[in-house]
Amino acid sequence: MALTFRLNGETVRITDARPSVTLLDWLREEKGLTGTKEGCNEGDCGACTVMVTDSRGSKALNACILFLPQLQGKSVRTVEGACGPDGSLHPVQQAMVDRHGSQCGFCTPGFIMSMVTAHANGATDFDDQLAGNLCRCTGYAPIIRAAEAAKDAAVPDWIAGEATFSFPEILRGEAEGRGAEPPMLPGSADELAELYAARPDATLVAGATDVGLWVTKQLRRLPQMIFLGGCDDLKGIEVTDSTVRIGAMADMNALRAAMEPLHPSFAEMLRRFASQQIRAAATVGGNIANGSPIGDTPPALIALGATLHLRKGDSRRELPLEDFFIDYGKQDRQHGEFVEAVSFPRQPNALKVYKLSKRFDQDISAVLGAFSVTVMNGKVSAARIAFGGMAGIPKRAAHVEAALTGQQWDEATIKAAAKAFDQDFTPMTDMRASAEYRLETARNMLARYFADLNGQPVSVLEVRP
Amino acid sequence: MSVTKPLPHDSARLHVTGAARYVDDIPSPAGTLHLAFGLSPIARGHITGMDLSEVQQSPGVVAVLTAKGLPFANDVSPSIHDEPLLAAGTVNYVGQPVFMVVADSHLNARIAARKGQVDYTEEPALLTLDAALAADSRFEEGPRIYQKGDAAAAIDAAPRTVEGTFELGGQEHFYLEGQAGMAWPQEDGGMHVFSSTQHPTEIQHKVADAIGLPMHAVRVETRRMGGGFGGKESQGNALAVACAVAARLTGKPCKMRYDRDDDMVITGKRHAFRISYRAGFGEDGRLQGVEFLHLVDCGWAQDLSLPVADRAMLHADNAYLIPNIRIESHRLRTNRQSATAYRGFGGPQGMVGIERVMDHIAHDLGIDPAELRQRNYYAPMQSPDAPPGEPQETSGQPADPDADLASRGAPAQPAKTSPPPKDVQTTPYHMPVEDFILHDLTAELLKTSDYAARKDAIAKWNKGQTHLKRGIAFSPVKFGISFTLTHLNQAGALVHVYQDGSVHLNHGGTEMGQGLFQKVAQVAASRFGIPLDMVKITASDTGKVPNTSATAASSGSDLNGMAVKAACDTIRDRMAEHLALQHQASPGDVVFDNGTVRIGQDEMTFEKAAMACYQGRVSLSATGFYKTPKVEWDRIKGQGRPFYYFAYGAAVTEVAVDALTGENRILRADILHDAGASLNPALDIGQIEGGYVQGAGWLTTEELVWDNTGRLRTHAPSTYKIPACSDRPDVFNVNLFDGQNREDTIYRSKAVGEPPFMLGISAWLALSNAVCAFGDAYPALNAPATAEEVWRAVRRVRDGV
Repeated sequence: MALTFRLNGETVRITDARPSVTLLDWLREEKGLTGTKEGCNEGDCGACTVMVTDSRGSKALNACILFLPQLQGKSVRTVEGACGPDGSLHPVQQAMVDRHGSQCGFCTPGFIMSMVTAHANGATDFDDQLAGNLCRCTGYAPIIRAAEAAKDAAVPDWIAGEATFSFPEILRGEAEGRGAEPPMLPGSADELAELYAARPDATLVAGATDVGLWVTKQLRRLPQMIFLGGCDDLKGIEVTDSTVRIGAMADMNALRAAMEPLHPSFAEMLRRFASQQIRAAATVGGNIANGSPIGDTPPALIALGATLHLRKGDSRRELPLEDFFIDYGKQDRQHGEFVEAVSFPRQPNALKVYKLSKRFDQDISAVLGAFSVTVMNGKVSAARIAFGGMAGIPKRAAHVEAALTGQQWDEATIKAAAKAFDQDFTPMTDMRASAEYRLETARNMLARYFADLNGQPVSVLEVRP
Repeated sequence: MSVTKPLPHDSARLHVTGAARYVDDIPSPAGTLHLAFGLSPIARGHITGMDLSEVQQSPGVVAVLTAKGLPFANDVSPSIHDEPLLAAGTVNYVGQPVFMVVADSHLNARIAARKGQVDYTEEPALLTLDAALAADSRFEEGPRIYQKGDAAAAIDAAPRTVEGTFELGGQEHFYLEGQAGMAWPQEDGGMHVFSSTQHPTEIQHKVADAIGLPMHAVRVETRRMGGGFGGKESQGNALAVACAVAARLTGKPCKMRYDRDDDMVITGKRHAFRISYRAGFGEDGRLQGVEFLHLVDCGWAQDLSLPVADRAMLHADNAYLIPNIRIESHRLRTNRQSATAYRGFGGPQGMVGIERVMDHIAHDLGIDPAELRQRNYYAPMQSPDAPPGEPQETSGQPADPDADLASRGAPAQPAKTSPPPKDVQTTPYHMPVEDFILHDLTAELLKTSDYAARKDAIAKWNKGQTHLKRGIAFSPVKFGISFTLTHLNQAGALVHVYQDGSVHLNHGGTEMGQGLFQKVAQVAASRFGIPLDMVKITASDTGKVPNTSATAASSGSDLNGMAVKAACDTIRDRMAEHLALQHQASPGDVVFDNGTVRIGQDEMTFEKAAMACYQGRVSLSATGFYKTPKVEWDRIKGQGRPFYYFAYGAAVTEVAVDALTGENRILRADILHDAGASLNPALDIGQIEGGYVQGAGWLTTEELVWDNTGRLRTHAPSTYKIPACSDRPDVFNVNLFDGQNREDTIYRSKAVGEPPFMLGISAWLALSNAVCAFGDAYPALNAPATAEEVWRAVRRVRDGV
C-alpha cells in the first residue's frame, strides 16, 4: 500500500500501514506527535481534531475515526502545525492564552484545530463550529471569548498556504493494488461499481463516522475496505426545477447548505446533526445505507417523498426511500449494491423537522419527526409524516397521515389524528428515552407542527434572554 | 507582587501548542508493554472457572494475570481493603476487572482482553436503593444521624409543613484525559510511577503494598492531569498497581490507559441520592424544624463513601439557620460501580436537599423564593463573644496498622473537640458560623442581575405563551473548607534557590487544570520579590515532598500555598540574616522586592543576593510545612469544627422550557462568588464559570442509565451528555465578591475549586420555577431534569398525571 499526503507542510509517503489504521494512532504511535489527543475514540469529544484540506477546502475532522487511506492526496495540519515555522503562535492560540481558554489543557489541541479551521474558513458561528469539542473545565465561555477575539486577525501564511498545495507526483494508480491489503480508492462511481461488484463482501467506507467505531470500539477486522472519498462524481447536489438529486457522497454540511433555501427546517435540523467534524465527514449515502433507525436524514427525506437510487455493477434501480428499510438491521440492498443518490421532487416548502435529544448539539435523536402537510382551501390534501427513533426503522406514520388527509386543518383534526400514533408506533425504552415519552412527544410534535405553521414560537432555541 | 494578578495558566502556551505532556504522551522506552483488563459481564456472582488460553494466544500477548498470580496485596481500596485489583472469587458489578492482559501494544491488549472465557454462577444483584435497603446491604453498622434540637417535635408544632421525596442522580466525571498510569522498574526492584492522579501518595502506598516493598522504593510523579474533578483521587490506583505488578513481573516498563468506554464502565462516579424531607415553618416562611433522610448509593465497595455521605449531611443546612434539624444517612451497598469523590464530595447532594425544601416552601406560601431564602439565612458575620467549652474526647477508632492514612477513606483517630461557645449561632453539627457574608452578597447580586424586574417580566411573558415558559431562580452557596478527616489538613513544600537566583518550586499539590501551580508560583515569586519567570514549576513528586494529602476538598492552594510560603520565608530569612550581617544592617531591614534585595542603603539584584548567600555558605534549600489551625471533628457524634471557614457564592439563573417535549435551556446566569482576596482572579473566574456549567450539567442533561442487568448503558459521550458549547448561558455574568477571608489563609484568599459547582443548583430551581407556570401543583422535579423529566413535571403540574 502506498499513500501520499501532506502533514504539517511536509510530504508523507506511507507504504506499509494497514488501511484500518486511524490517523490518530498513526500520529501518536508512529510519528510521536502526541499533541493530538484521544478523548473518546469515537468522534464525540473532538480532542483529536485536525484540519484536513483538499481542493474543496479545509475541514475539521476527528482523527480518531479517520483512516489513513482517506487522506490520500490531502493535506493535514495537527496542533503541532498550527504554529508558524518559526514557532509563532496562530492568532487563535494567542487568544486562547490571553483569554484563559485552557484549564487542564487536554481538550485544547482539538479546540485549537477547530478554531484554526473555522478561522481559515471565515466562519464565526462559533457555537456550531465548536459543538463537536467537549470541554469539562472551562464552561466554554473563555473559549468563545478567544474565538471572538481572534476572528478578525489575518489568516497566517502557513495556514493560507494549505489551500494552494498540489501533488504533481500523485497518480491515483500508484496507490492502488499494492501489497496484500490494498487500500481500494476508486476515483469514480463507475470504478466503484466495478470494484464492489467483484468484491461484494468488502466494507464501503465513506465518511467512516460509523465504520470507524467498528474498528475503534468493536475491534472488528475489516479485511477488505473500499474508500469512496475519491468518487467526486457522487458528491454533487443537483437542484433543477423539478427535482433535487443528492449524490451519496455529499456530506452533511453540503446537504445543509443545499437545504437552507429550499427547506430551512431541514437545514436547521442538520445544524444540530452531530457536530461540525462529523458533518464534514458523514455522507447522505452512509446515513441511509447503514439502515439505522435513528439516522436523522431518512425521516426528513421520506417526508419529502424521496426516491433512492441504487446501483450494482452497471444495473440501476429506484425505490421509494421508505421501502428501503425493511426491518431493524435489514434493508432492501443486494450483495454488491450501493447507494448512488437520493432524490426528491421540488415542492412548496411545508417541511418541518423536529429533533428531540437530551442535548441540543451533537446528540443522537430520541425522536425525530418530519412533517410535510399540504393544506388546500383549509383542508389537508396530502400528508407525509415520518419518524426516526420510534420503530426499528425510519418509518412513516401512515395512520396519522390517513387521519389528517381530507380533514379540516384545525385543532380538532390534530387532536383526532394524534390518537392514530398508537396504531403507527410501539417505541422502545432505552437510555435516551422511555417508550411513553417517545410516543407522547411524537404526538405532541403534531401539535407543534400546527403551531409552527401558524407562526407561533415552538422552540426554546428561539427564546432569547 | 505576583499574587492577585490575573495571569494565564502556567501551561497555557504548552496547552495551545500541544506540547503539554500527559501520562500517555511521555515518550516511553522501547519494549514498553501495555495493559488491559478483562471485565465482568455480570453484576454479582462467583467465578467458577476461567479459560484464558485464547487470551494467552492472542497476538502480542506477553502475560495474563488473575488474582491468584498477584505477588502481594490484591488491594486497590483507599479505605477498608474491600476492593481487589482483580476479582478474587466473587464479582460485584458489571465492569469489575477480573483478569489483566500484558501485551506489546494498547490495541493488542484490548483485543486479547475480550477473549477471556470466564464462568460464573450468578446471584441476584442489588441494583436499586430499595433492593439494598431491603437486604440491609450497607456500609457501617447502621445509619449516621446528626441532629440539633428536636426536629420531629418542632415540625409537628409548626403552623405549616411540606414533605417530599426526590431522586438525585450521580454524575460521570468525564475528565477529558482518561485514567492512565505507567511504571518503570528500577535497578533495585523499586518502581518509578507516572500517574494521572490527584493523590500521588495514595498511588505510592498502594503500589508499595502490591510489590511488597516499603514506600521509599516507589516514586510517583504527576506533572498534570487532563482533568480530575475527584475522579482521580482513588480511581487511578488500579492502573498504577497493575502497571507496577506487570513491570515487576516482566522487567519492562508497563503502561495502561483506559479506553473511554472502559473508563466509564470501570470507574466510580458521583454518589446518587434519594432524599426525603419534612419541614415545619411559620407563615412567614421561617424554618422551625427539618428532617432529612439520605439514601446514598455507594456502589459495591466502600471507597470514600463514608466521608462523602458525611459531607452531604454537613451541607444539609446550606446557608440557613435551622433551629431543629435531624439528618439520617444510609450508606447503601449496591452492585454498581463504587461511587467515589466528585467535586463537592457529597456537599452538592446535601445542598440540593435543603434548596429543594426552600423551593417547596416558597411555592407553598407563595413567597418570592429569594426573599424566603434570605429570611432563613444565618445572621451576618459575627465574632463569638464567649470562649469555647472544655475539650471532649471524640469517638475516633483504634489505629489500623494497614490503614491508608493519607486517604480520606481512613478511620479518624481519637482526638479532642470543643463544644461551641454559648449564644452563638451554630450549624446542625454545632459549629459556630462566624463569617457569614451572604446578606451583602445576595443584595448585590439581586441588584446587578435585576432579579425583581426580570421576574415580573417573565411572569408577563409567560401569560402570552402556551407551550413555552420561562423561569428564574436564585440560590446561594455556603461550602465548608477543610478535609473532614482532620489530620489530612497538612501540606509540605520544597523550595530551592540556585546560585543564579532561579527558584525551583515543588509542593504536595497536583495540577489538574485548576491553576494551582500558577497560584503557588505566584506566592513564591511574591515572597522573594522576583518575577514569576524566575520560578520553575515542577511535577508533583513523592520523592521531593512526602506524605501528601490528595489535591481535593478545594484545599490545594490553601494548604500548599501556605507550605510554599513557609519554605520561601525560611530561605528568605536565612538570606536576610546573612546579607544583613555583611552590610551591617539588621535582618528586618532587608527587603525583597521588584527583583532586587535592599539592605538599608545598599541594593542588589536577587541573582547577586543568591550568589552572595551561596558564597557565604547559606543553605538555599528549605522545606515548608503547614497545618490548618482550629479544625477538630467527631464524625460519629456529628460535633466539632470540621471546617476552617466557609466559602460563599450565589447565582441567578433564567431558563426556558417547552411543555410539548420538556426541552429546556439556560438563557442567562449571573454569579457573584466569594474567593476572599483572590490569588489570581482570572483563574478563579475560570473555576466559577466551569464549575457552574458542570453543576448545571449534573442536574440537567447528565443522566446515567443502567439496565436491569446492572449494565451501564451510558458509557460513552455518545450516550452520556455533558454540556456542549451552546449549553452555556447565552448571557453569563460572573464576578468576584469584594472581600477577604476572615481567617488567616494564604494572602486572605479562599478556596474556589468546589464551591462554584453548587451555583448550578440555581439552574435546576429555575426549571422548577418555569414548570410552575403551567399549573398550580408543585413540580417535584427529580434530578437530572432531562427533557423527559421536565416533560413529566409539566404533566404533574398541569394535568395531575
